[in-house]
Amino acid sequence: MFDSLSERLQGVFRTLRGEARLSEPVVEAALREIRMALLEADVNFKVVKAFVDRVRERAVGQDVLRSLTPAQQVVKIVRDELIALFGDAEGGLRPSKSSPQVVLLLGLQGAGKTTAAAKLAKWLVRQGRHPLLVSTDVRRPAAIEQLNVLGRQAGLRVFDPAGDLDPVSRATGALTDAKNLGFDLVIVDTAGRLHIDETLMQELTAIRDAVKPDNALYVADAMTGQDAIKSAGEFNRHVGVTGVVLTKLDGDARGGAALSVVAVVGVPIAFVGVGERLDDLEPFQADRLVSRLLGMGDVLSLIERAEQVVDRDEAVRLEQKLRGDDFTLEDFLAQLKTLRKMGPLEQVLGMLPGMGGLKQLGDARPDEAQLNGVEAIINSMTRAERRSFKLIDGSRRRRIATGSGTTVEDVNRLLRQFQQMRKMLKVVGGAGAGGGTRKRARQAMAMLKGRGLGA
Amino acid sequence: MGVFGRVREGLRRTAQQLLGRFDEIAQRADAPERRTAKVDAETAGALEELLITADVGVAAADRIVSAVQARVRHGESLRELVKDELLSILEGTGAASPRSGSPTVVLVVGVNGTGKTTTVAKLAHLCKSQGEHPLVCAADTFRAAAVEQLEIWARRAGVDVIRAREGADPASVVFDAMAAGKARGRSPIIVDTAGRLHTRTNLMQELQKIRRIAEREVEGAPHEVLLVLDATVGQNGLTQAREFMATAGVTGIVLAKLDGTAKGGVAVAIAHDLGLPIRYVGVGEGIADLVPFSSREYVDGLFEESW
Repeated sequence: MFDSLSERLQGVFRTLRGEARLSEPVVEAALREIRMALLEADVNFKVVKAFVDRVRERAVGQDVLRSLTPAQQVVKIVRDELIALFGDAEGGLRPSKSSPQVVLLLGLQGAGKTTAAAKLAKWLVRQGRHPLLVSTDVRRPAAIEQLNVLGRQAGLRVFDPAGDLDPVSRATGALTDAKNLGFDLVIVDTAGRLHIDETLMQELTAIRDAVKPDNALYVADAMTGQDAIKSAGEFNRHVGVTGVVLTKLDGDARGGAALSVVAVVGVPIAFVGVGERLDDLEPFQADRLVSRLLGMGDVLSLIERAEQVVDRDEAVRLEQKLRGDDFTLEDFLAQLKTLRKMGPLEQVLGMLPGMGGLKQLGDARPDEAQLNGVEAIINSMTRAERRSFKLIDGSRRRRIATGSGTTVEDVNRLLRQFQQMRKMLKVVGGAGAGGGTRKRARQAMAMLKGRGLGA
Repeated sequence: MGVFGRVREGLRRTAQQLLGRFDEIAQRADAPERRTAKVDAETAGALEELLITADVGVAAADRIVSAVQARVRHGESLRELVKDELLSILEGTGAASPRSGSPTVVLVVGVNGTGKTTTVAKLAHLCKSQGEHPLVCAADTFRAAAVEQLEIWARRAGVDVIRAREGADPASVVFDAMAAGKARGRSPIIVDTAGRLHTRTNLMQELQKIRRIAEREVEGAPHEVLLVLDATVGQNGLTQAREFMATAGVTGIVLAKLDGTAKGGVAVAIAHDLGLPIRYVGVGEGIADLVPFSSREYVDGLFEESW
C-alpha cells in the first residue's frame, strides 16, 4: 500500500551512506524527499510540515551509532516519529459491557460502509461473537438489498423488516430483535452522503441517540486526498467518532489519509480493509503499518493470516511428511490450496519484505492463471501418479497434458520444479525439529517463490 | 436552475474553501505597490500550500507556482495569473471531441465506490434530454445489488437496461447489449462496469475482454471510455488514471461528487501529467445532475468573487 513511499525513502537513504554524523545538508536532502513523498501520499500539508520539523530536530547533528548506518539511523528516527504519530492505540473495537453492543458505521458515499459492515461482522464471528446486521440506508437504491445479499453470501443474519423505511425504527428494531434472539452485537450501516448534508447529519444523530453506540466507526477510503481530515472531522463533530475503518488498502493507495486523520482529528484507526473478500478486514496495528511504510514488509500479518486458514493438525501432519521422504504431489496440491486461501497471491506476496515493488517484476510476477494451470495438471493425474510421481512416463505426461488443457512442456516443468522443491524441503525440514504453524507459513512462502518467481 | 447555475452550485464548497485562503494570499500580493513586482517567495510558498491542499499534486502545483513567479506583471492580479495557468493546463490536453459511431459505445470504468452506476444513469438521462435514444448495459455482475441499483436509476431516466444475472460473465452482457442496441436502433450504448482496483491484474484483463467484445461487435467501439473519479480522491487518482489508460484506453474523466467538500483538484494533476480531458462533472444527487465540463467555467467558478 505504501509501496511508492517506501521505495522513495529507501532511495533517499541509499544516498546517505558512510557518513559519521548526520550533517545538516544531508538531513535536509533526505527531508526534502520525505516531504515530497508524504505529500504525494496525500498526507495533510500541515501534518507533513510538523512531521518534517520534528524529524529535523531529532536528526541534525546526531552521531551515527556505531551499530547503524546513517541511513538506518534516519530510518529509525522516521520510524519512531511515525509510530509516535499513530499513537499507541490498539486497533479493534472499544470494549464495552453493554449487551447487545452497538457498532455504528458512518462515512461518505462510496467509502465502502456496507461492505465494511459485512466484513466486520465476519471478523466478529471469527472472534466468537454473534453479530446482527441492519441497514438504515433507505436512500441509495438497492443499498438494503446489497447488505442482504452480502449477509446471505457470508451466512450472516441481517435484520430487514420489509416496508419499514424509517432509519431510526429500523435501528431500534434490530436492537430489540438482537436482545430477543440472543445476538450480542448489532452493526448498524447508515446512509452515505456528502457531509455538507444537514439532513443526513440529523438522521445520524437521531440514530445515535436511539441506539447509543459503543463504537461509532468512520469508514474512510484509503485513496482519499487532502479532504480526508475535513470529512472525518465533520462526522466527529456532529456524531462523535470512536475509530476509523480504512478501506481499499489493497490497492496502491499510499493511505496518507491514515496519518492525517489520526494526527489531526485525533481518532484512532480501528480496522483496515485489505482486499475484496469478506475475510479481508484486520484490526489496525501501527507498528506493522509503519514497518511496511518503511519497506520492512508485513510478515506478522502474513503469519496471522496463515494461521487463520491452516488447519493445525493438517500442518503437523504435513510437517512430519516434509521431514520424511514422502512429500507427494497430493500434499503439494493441498499446500497450494492453503496458500491460495490466504488471499490473492499478489496481496500475500506484497506483505513480504522486499516484495513491495511487485509491479516492477513485470511479466515475472506470479500469475493466478499459472497456478490454476498447476492445479489442473495435478487434478488430471491418477491417485497413484500423485502419490508417486516417478510413475509418470511420457505417455502419461501426454494424457495429463490433454486432460488439463496444458502442454507436455507444462507438465514437465511442473514435475521438474516439484522435484527441486522436494530436495529443498528435505534440507529445510531436516534442519530443525519443532516449528509449527509459523514455520509452515515460511515454508509455504519459500515454495511459492520457487514456483512463482523462479520459473 | 440552468446548467451553469448547477455547476456553480456544485463548486460552491470547493470555491469557498479555496477562496477564503486565496483571498488572504492575494491581498498581500495584489497590494498596489506590488502589482508590478514579481510574486515573492512568501506568496509562492503560500500558493503552493494552497494548491497541494486542493489535491492539485506536487508536480502541477510546482508548474503553476513557478509560472506565476516567472511572469513579469503589468498590473495583473495574482488571481488572473493563477487562473491563466490553470486554464492552460486544463485546455492543454488538446481534447478532441468524442468520436461517435453507429451505435456509439461508451464504457464507464473506475475503482470501487466512485459513483459509476449513478454516472451511467445520469449520462443516459443527459443523452436522452439531448434527443438521443440511449441504452444502458449493466455489466457490473459482481457487486451485490449493483444491477438492481442501475435498474432503479434507469427507470428514473426512462431508459432500457440490458442485464444478466449476478455473477454472469460481464462480457456476455456487453455482447447482448450490442446486439440489442443494433436491433432496436439505440445509441449511445452506455456500459456500466464493475468497480475494480487498478492493481488487480485479472480484473483489468476482464475489462480488456469487454473492450474486445465491443470492438468486435461495433466498428470503432468503444468510442469513448470514461474513468469516473471521486472528487475526494487524492494523488492516487493519478495512478488510477494512468493504469486505466494503459489497460482500458480511457479517453476522458468524469469527476463525480463535486458537490461534496472536495475540490477534485487531482483532475488538474491528471490533465497536467497525462493530458486526459475532463468530460463531465457530477454536481448533485438528482438524475439531471451531470453536466458537460467546461474548463473556463470550472476555473472561473473556483476564483469568482461575486458569489
